Amino acid sequence: MKIKALSRSTSSIQAPGSNVTRQPRNLDPALHPFERAREYTRALNATKMERMFAQPLLGDLGRGHVDGVYKIINDPEALDRLASGSGDGVVKVWDLTSRAEVFQIKAHENMVRGLCWNRDRKLLSCATDRTIKLWDPYTTEKSSTPVATWLGREAYTAVTHHRTHTSFAASSSSGIHVYDTSRPSSAASTKLAWPNAVDTITNVSFNQTETSILASCASDRSIVLYDLRTSSPLSKATLTLACNAIAWNPMEAFNFAAASEDHNIYIFDMRKMDRALNLLRDHVAAVMDVHFSPTGEELVSASYDRSIRLWKRDQGHSRDIYHTKRMQRVFSCAWTPDNNFVLSGSDDGNIRLWRAVASARQGVKTFAHRQKLEYDEALKNRYKHMPEIKRISRHRHIPKNVKKAGEIKGEEIKAIKRREENERRHTKKGEKRRRSEREKMVLATEE
Amino acid sequence: MAETTISRPRRPSQHADRSQNSTDLAERPAKRAKVQLDTEVAENKKRALEAHTIYGRGKKIKPTTLKAKDAEILLEHEEGFLEPEGELERTYKIRQEDIRRSVAVETAQKGFELKLQELGPYKASYSRNGRDLLLAGRKGHIATMQWRDGKLGCELQLGETVRDAIWLHNNQSFAVAQKKYTYIYDQAGVELHKLEKQIEVTNMEFLPFHFLLATIGNAGYLKYTDTSTGQLVAELPTKLGTPTAFAQNKSNAIMHVGHQNGAVTLWSPNSTTPLVKLLAHHGPVRSLTMDREGRYMVSAGSDMKMAVWDIRNFKPVHTYFLRQPGASIDISDRNLTAVGWGTQVSVWRGLFDKAKSDQSLEKVQSPYLGWGGEGQRVERVQWCPFEDVLGISHVKGFSSILVPGAGEPNFDALELNPYETTKQRQESEVKSLLNKLQPGMISLNPDFVGNLDLASHAIRKAEKDLDKKPEDKIEKLKMRGRGRNSALRRVQRKKGSRNVVDEESMRIEEIRRGQNVKVQEKLKKQEEAYGPALARFARKGA
Repeated sequence: MKIKALSRSTSSIQAPGSNVTRQPRNLDPALHPFERAREYTRALNATKMERMFAQPLLGDLGRGHVDGVYKIINDPEALDRLASGSGDGVVKVWDLTSRAEVFQIKAHENMVRGLCWNRDRKLLSCATDRTIKLWDPYTTEKSSTPVATWLGREAYTAVTHHRTHTSFAASSSSGIHVYDTSRPSSAASTKLAWPNAVDTITNVSFNQTETSILASCASDRSIVLYDLRTSSPLSKATLTLACNAIAWNPMEAFNFAAASEDHNIYIFDMRKMDRALNLLRDHVAAVMDVHFSPTGEELVSASYDRSIRLWKRDQGHSRDIYHTKRMQRVFSCAWTPDNNFVLSGSDDGNIRLWRAVASARQGVKTFAHRQKLEYDEALKNRYKHMPEIKRISRHRHIPKNVKKAGEIKGEEIKAIKRREENERRHTKKGEKRRRSEREKMVLATEE
Repeated sequence: MAETTISRPRRPSQHADRSQNSTDLAERPAKRAKVQLDTEVAENKKRALEAHTIYGRGKKIKPTTLKAKDAEILLEHEEGFLEPEGELERTYKIRQEDIRRSVAVETAQKGFELKLQELGPYKASYSRNGRDLLLAGRKGHIATMQWRDGKLGCELQLGETVRDAIWLHNNQSFAVAQKKYTYIYDQAGVELHKLEKQIEVTNMEFLPFHFLLATIGNAGYLKYTDTSTGQLVAELPTKLGTPTAFAQNKSNAIMHVGHQNGAVTLWSPNSTTPLVKLLAHHGPVRSLTMDREGRYMVSAGSDMKMAVWDIRNFKPVHTYFLRQPGASIDISDRNLTAVGWGTQVSVWRGLFDKAKSDQSLEKVQSPYLGWGGEGQRVERVQWCPFEDVLGISHVKGFSSILVPGAGEPNFDALELNPYETTKQRQESEVKSLLNKLQPGMISLNPDFVGNLDLASHAIRKAEKDLDKKPEDKIEKLKMRGRGRNSALRRVQRKKGSRNVVDEESMRIEEIRRGQNVKVQEKLKKQEEAYGPALARFARKGA
């Protein structure tokens, strides 16, 4: 008779004299009962943990501004520099790692409307006092004089710098003027405007990939695209309401987002302006500013409803809303170049630093911790359709007034839809067609 | 199948012979290479076919299956076995002394005997990782021990009847069903809890992933207690009297209860009625058990039969005759079935074998191993997890015997670790509490979690519509049947409600009276129509 019985020596599990134990695995499903249910439970726990750790606000920078912050902008050449301009004409530059102020200047007499870094790490500021000034916050002391000044005839509303050239564009009520930083206090080299446009251009933005393309939005509800190579406008789209800001997608050179007064953000393809690629709807007041993440996958928007929202480029609703009790109307927002943080400048004079992912932590993680996080992420993704998990992961605390306003807005939209449907029912068939939400707001396009 | 695999490599060689005749010799090396290639292809095909028949069962092998196969390479231990060398040798004739003599010293020590003659009969239970042993004597003797090291944990003399004792999720606490209440003790024997709702419990089972203690007592109430929160989760009346057998299905946490009338009922805490009722025996079911994958059930009844059931489709597979009613059955991780009957224990191998196709299950004629016959009535048999050891508790104490080939050779340390350190035990306890499954997840199919609910919109809407008017039962009964056995009369006749006059019974009475009046009127009309001479032929209900 051949006989063999199991014999495992204890030393095969733990070598004598050591305290390290081996942990053999066996993936036979019979040894792992209830795998599905346990996995689901782990996914549920991971979702709950994510919401428990969701603490988006990191704090604010220094002591902020005395007046409201109307413009903040990252230095594209540095991870840690941020410039902010406030309503009393003060421009400050911040160090993000220490959250301290490194440069401060009373730059203008009036409200600072535009700020822009150039590639030499100099800062352009423009204001309603009809001046554009160039500052050098990296090398000069506090309260020094500007490197260069350009004087105009109208109040400036925005300024944007070319990616590689020394030229920058500034918008005002009479159009867009292109200046050259290498020729201080010179007159504008080019003037760009739609032939019959008379209204104030509120914002202007250079495409950083297709570098000679320029987009502007004006108070006549139009979005106009210009080409600097031909010094002429390319196309114009008129929307139902005016836009407040334009942000180019850093990864898709031809796509841009427009923050509209009608509470929505529209993502357009510049080649086909009669229809938006996507519309992002969740805000309950005008969107004041919008900014892409450096990956081009996500957006951050600042709104007049005292909240900022984070969006996925290809989803219609926001993935998160950030707000505090003390934050007032938010006029400006930015996404840091390392993709980890979001900044907002609001009417209460504070610049707040937020996490881009509310539950993420930046510290050095052990391998086990990192593995756990990755595993949790995969689990959450696998069971995201389950009702309980969906409910928990979507749950957010929203300020009462925002919630109420959202409900009222929902009712209003329903009423409008109902009315339209009624009209359609009582008109001749085929005469009044339904229009897609993505093209409803485009009133006209011109080439 | 064998025919095709052999014939395939042959065909190209015939072809080669023919070509040899027709073409010159210069071409031969190329042809030979081709022939070789063809045989190689055929070989590969043959291997693939074999793999399919073994692992794929005719289906395409998925990469995950292959990966699992790769992982098997890393499994370091191999299962034990008992193999006859000659035709005349029989495994069931081998005695424990022979086994002990021919295995390693460390293993041989695992077979031992505890003589506890006074306070028996004993019931023993191994902890989930097989490291600890809990002995419970009928007359109140409780002892725990790390049986491999022979270390005594605690010893209690409770001084009252003990009907059952089991370990909870690890070796830190155990539950004991005593004369009236059920108690939970910690590893040092300190009473932690008194479960006052569990009265006169006869059998207990612990569902480790749900942290539920399932108990059933003389009154036939199946009760689930959450041991992590202490709450009574469900209380289900079986309504079939004192239960005679109780076991859990380890793959889906369904409780199987055996009854006096030979029925086995399946319970989950989510339904007050049994999920399945099946008649397994003529006469009381004495004991039952399921294999770890939840495919087969083996039960023994007072009718001296041992029945094997396929519980995926609830069909009997085989029945065996035992000389005495089987008092206790257990199935090991490698599907060895131990059955204790009278003073004997026999171990069966291959009662059900999943590697073979299910239709051609051959009936095994003789047991794999036997033990006993020395006047010790067996109370309970239980396999020690991850060991080739069977624990037999009987009237005179406890015997641990070696059964080669019973235990799972390769354990998963992150699931159950027989060699765990204190730190690992603590960690796994926290983990398992975090991953505790909700009682609502218990169902016959454990993998239903995370699936899409395919119920139609209409069904779901109907379930949601709570303002719906309730169905009028009596109005429906009105339409069914007439005469002596009409539905209405049957409801009136129903036992238990004879002397209760409520709204419902009054309504029924009224309807019946109305019906009677109608019948009488009809009869009268008929009589009139027939005339005085033929009136006697008028009939009700004509």
